[in-house]
Amino acid sequence: MLYDVLIIGAGCTGVMTARLLSTKNVKVAVVEAGPDAAVGATSANSAIVHAGYDAKPGTLKAKLNVRGNRLMKELCSALGVECRNVGSHVVGFGDADLPMLKELLARGQANGVPDLEIIGQEKLRAMEPNISPEAMHSLWAPSAAITCPYGITIAAAENAVTNGVDFYFNFRVTDASRAGNVHYLTNGEETVAGRYVVNCAGVHSAEVAAILGENDFPITITPRRGEYFILDKAVGGMANSTLFVCPSDRGKGILVSPTVHGNLIVGPNAYPISDGDDKSTTAEGLAEITAGARRIMPNVPMNMAITSFAGVRATPNQYDFYLEISKQIPGVVHAVGVESPGFASSPATAEYLVGLLEECGLKLEDKPDYIPTRRPDGNHIQWNRLTDEEKAAKCRENPAYGKIVCRCETVTEGDLLDMLDAPIPAVTIDMMKKRLRAGMGRCQGGFCSPRVAVLIAERTGRGLDEINKSGPGSWLVTKREEG
Amino acid sequence: MAEHKLIIIGGGPAGLSAAVAAVDAGLAPEDILVLERDSEPGGILNQCIHAGFGLHRFGEELTGPEYSGRYIAMARERRIPILCNAMVLSLTDDRRVTFVSPETGYTTVEAEAVILAMGCRERTRGALSIPGTRPSGVYTAGCAQRYINIEGYMPGHRVVILGSGDIGLIMARRMTLEGAKVLAVCEIMPYSGGLARNIVQCLDDFGIPLKLSHTVVQIHGRDRVEGVTVAAVDEANGRRPIPGTEEYFECDTLLLSVGLIPENELTRGAGIDLDRMTNGASVNQFRETSAPGIYACGNVLHVHDLVDYVSEEADTAGRAAAARILGESAPVVRSVKLSTGHGVRYTVPERIDLAEEPEDVRIFFRVTDVYKKVQLVVETEGGEVLVKKAKSAVAPGEMESLTIPAAKLAGVLKSGEGGIIVKLNETGGDK
Repeated sequence: MLYDVLIIGAGCTGVMTARLLSTKNVKVAVVEAGPDAAVGATSANSAIVHAGYDAKPGTLKAKLNVRGNRLMKELCSALGVECRNVGSHVVGFGDADLPMLKELLARGQANGVPDLEIIGQEKLRAMEPNISPEAMHSLWAPSAAITCPYGITIAAAENAVTNGVDFYFNFRVTDASRAGNVHYLTNGEETVAGRYVVNCAGVHSAEVAAILGENDFPITITPRRGEYFILDKAVGGMANSTLFVCPSDRGKGILVSPTVHGNLIVGPNAYPISDGDDKSTTAEGLAEITAGARRIMPNVPMNMAITSFAGVRATPNQYDFYLEISKQIPGVVHAVGVESPGFASSPATAEYLVGLLEECGLKLEDKPDYIPTRRPDGNHIQWNRLTDEEKAAKCRENPAYGKIVCRCETVTEGDLLDMLDAPIPAVTIDMMKKRLRAGMGRCQGGFCSPRVAVLIAERTGRGLDEINKSGPGSWLVTKREEG
Repeated sequence: MAEHKLIIIGGGPAGLSAAVAAVDAGLAPEDILVLERDSEPGGILNQCIHAGFGLHRFGEELTGPEYSGRYIAMARERRIPILCNAMVLSLTDDRRVTFVSPETGYTTVEAEAVILAMGCRERTRGALSIPGTRPSGVYTAGCAQRYINIEGYMPGHRVVILGSGDIGLIMARRMTLEGAKVLAVCEIMPYSGGLARNIVQCLDDFGIPLKLSHTVVQIHGRDRVEGVTVAAVDEANGRRPIPGTEEYFECDTLLLSVGLIPENELTRGAGIDLDRMTNGASVNQFRETSAPGIYACGNVLHVHDLVDYVSEEADTAGRAAAARILGESAPVVRSVKLSTGHGVRYTVPERIDLAEEPEDVRIFFRVTDVYKKVQLVVETEGGEVLVKKAKSAVAPGEMESLTIPAAKLAGVLKSGEGGIIVKLNETGGDK
C-alpha cells in the first residue's frame, strides 16, 4: 500500500490533519508510538480552548489559536463531543498586575479575539464567588471554552478512520528512508510507504526530524512537565470559568478551571525534564500546585482530589510554532514545537499544514462521499448524556444500556460494547476510560476495571491475562499457577 | 409512576438483613423491592472467601459467601423481590427513586420508606496523591481480591501493600497463599487500622513485615509497576516522610488498603444531613436520617469492622421502616443530641428520638487513638452517668458499644436534660 500522506503522531495536531485530509481524495496513514490516539500532551493538559489573547500578534500561535478556537467548537458540535463556552479570567492581584492585563487585552484585540474586557473586583466576585478576596480585576474572555482534548481528538480520529484513514498504533518510527519520491517509515518490524510525510511527533518531533534525515535542524525541544490535580465532581462548581493567574516572571501560573465533565482541574507547574516520556508526578510539584491554587481560590478543597497526573509539553527554542516545509527533504512538512495553545489551535494548524502539503505538490479534491460523523451511522452519544426519554427508549431498544458498569460515571454495558465495535476498537482499560470515562470517577476504576477487562476479554476472545491497561507490557493479571 | 411501600437500595448484607427484618416485623414481602447493582445479591461478601464472619450473629465462623448466602436464603424463603443489575441513579428527600436495569429499563418509583444500604468504596491512590508514574499494577485491595477470588487470575507476584486495614491484611495472606511474595505492609499510622486477630493470622503467621509509621512516597515503572519507594514518616511533623529513610522495594504490584468511604452520593443528592466524621448520614437510634422515612444502615452509614454488626444495624432500620409503613411508630416526644467527648471520634446514632416510653438504645462509637486502661462513659450534659464500662485497651480499628438502659433514658426525658456525651476517661497506664 502506497499512501499519499504519512502522518507521524496521533496527537491533536496529527489527528486533526489526518481528519482534514480524509475529506479529500487522498489515502492517509497515521503512525503513532503509543497504543492509542491522544496519549501524549493531548491527553494531559489544562483542557482549555484558549481564546487567543496570550500569543504575540502576528505569530502563527496568535493566528491559529483564534481561528482554532472557532473551528474547535464547530468540530465538537459536528462530532458530538461536549464543549462548553465558559469563558476565562486572567486574574490580577493588584495594580502591579494591571499593565500585564492591559497588554494581554491589546494583544487579544490585535489578534481578533472577540468581546474581551477588563472587569473590576465587584463583577469578578459576582461571577466567581470563590475567588480570592485579593483578586482585584481580571481580563474576561468569553470565547474561551472547555472541552475534553483527548475526547475530541479520538472522535476526530474515528471520523478519519470512517473516511478511510489508517492508524498504526504502537508504531514508533525508528528509521526512515526515501527512494525517488516515496518515503518509507519503519518501527523495526513494519514499514509504511507514502509520498508525503508530516511530522507531528510532539515532544519527539525534533528527534523524528533527525530520523527523517534533517541535518542542522533549527529546532530543539526541551520537554517541560506540568502536573495537575483533578478534584471530585462534588466541588466541580467552585469555579464557573477558567481562572488563570496573571502571568508574571514566575511563569504562566497555576489555573483552576471546571472541566467539561464537571470536575475541577488544578495545575500545572512547568519544569524542564530530560526524558520526554517521563510523566511521573512529584511530591514537590503537587505541593507547589496546591499552594498555587490556594492563591487564586483560598478554599479550594484539595482533599477532594481524586487523581493527579503529569503531561509533557514540547517546548521549542523559539517563541512560535515551527510549521515549515523541509528545506532538505522533499515532501516533508514539520509541525515542531507545538506547545500551548497547540490543542486550541489544532484544527487551524491542520488547515495550515494541509496548505503546506499542497505547496509541496499534493493535489487535493473534495471527496464526494465524505461522512461527517464519527462512524458511518452517526456519532456515539453516551447513554448518560441522553434525556430521560431517550435513556428509557435506548434501554427498551437494547437492555445492555440498562446495565451500569461504571457506577461513578454511569457508563453502561451498551456504551462499552459500542466502543469495542468502534472505528478504532477500544481494547484496553485506558482506551475505554478515555472514550467513556469508565474508571475516571471517584473510585478510579476500583469497581469497574475488572468488569471492563472481563468484557473486553470476552468480546475479543482473549484471556483476561492478555488484556492490558494501555500499551504492551502494562498487563493487569497473569494466569494462576495450577495446583 | 410505580409505587412500592419499601425500597431498599443495595442487596448486600445490610440491605438483605433490613428486608428480612421488615418482613419479620409484619410488612408484606410484595411491598418491598430490593435494588442490587451487581448481577447477584450478597455484596462484597461474595468475594471475601476467607472465614471469620458470623461469630456474633450465628455463633459459628463462616466465609463471606456463606454469610451472605444465609441472608439470601432468608430473603428467598420470605419471597422478597430482589432486582439485580439495578443501579439507582437518583433519590429525592420525598422518596422518589430513579433507577435503571436491563429488565425494567429507566424507571422512577415512589416509596413510603427507603433504606439506604449502598455500602462503601475503597479510597484510591488519587485520594492520597502518591507521586510517581501511573503504570498498571496499582490496585485497591478489593479490586485485587476480585481478580483472584472471582475471576481466578493473579494481579501480581511481588507485592507491597500500603495500609493495614482489614482488607489489606486479608489480601497479604491471600496473595501469599497463591504463591506471591508480599514484601511488606506499610502503615502510615503508628498502629494498624485492622483487627488484632488479622495482624496475627494474616501477617505474623506468614512472616510478613508490618512497617508502622511508613508510607509509599513514589511509584516507579512506565507500563507496569517496577518498584515503590517507602519512607518512614515523622509523627511529630504531620506524618511527613523523613528524608534519608527511603527504601526501594522492587515489586510488580502495589495494593492499597487505605480506608473505606461510605458511598453517599445518592444521600447527598437528596439533601440528607451527613455526619462529617462518619461520612454517612446523621441518624437517630432507628437509623432514620434527616429525611423522614429514609433510613440508612451498614457501611453506607459508617464503616463497620464486623458484618455481624451490619446485620444488627440493618435489622433496626428494617424494623423501623416497617413500623412506619404499618403506622406503628411511637410518636417522638423529644430529640436528644449525642456528642463526642474526650477520646471519641464519632457515635452512631447521632441523636436519640425519645418516645413517651423509651427503650434501650445501643450506642456504637470509635475512639480517636490507641488507649490503655480506660473507662468508656455515656453521660448527660449535666454529668449524670447513664452507662459506663472499663476496658484494658481500645483502638480506632475496633468499634465499641454501650447500651443506655430504657430506665435511664426515661430519666433523661423526665429531667429535660439537653444532650448526651460519649467519652472515655483515661484511668492510668501509658497511652
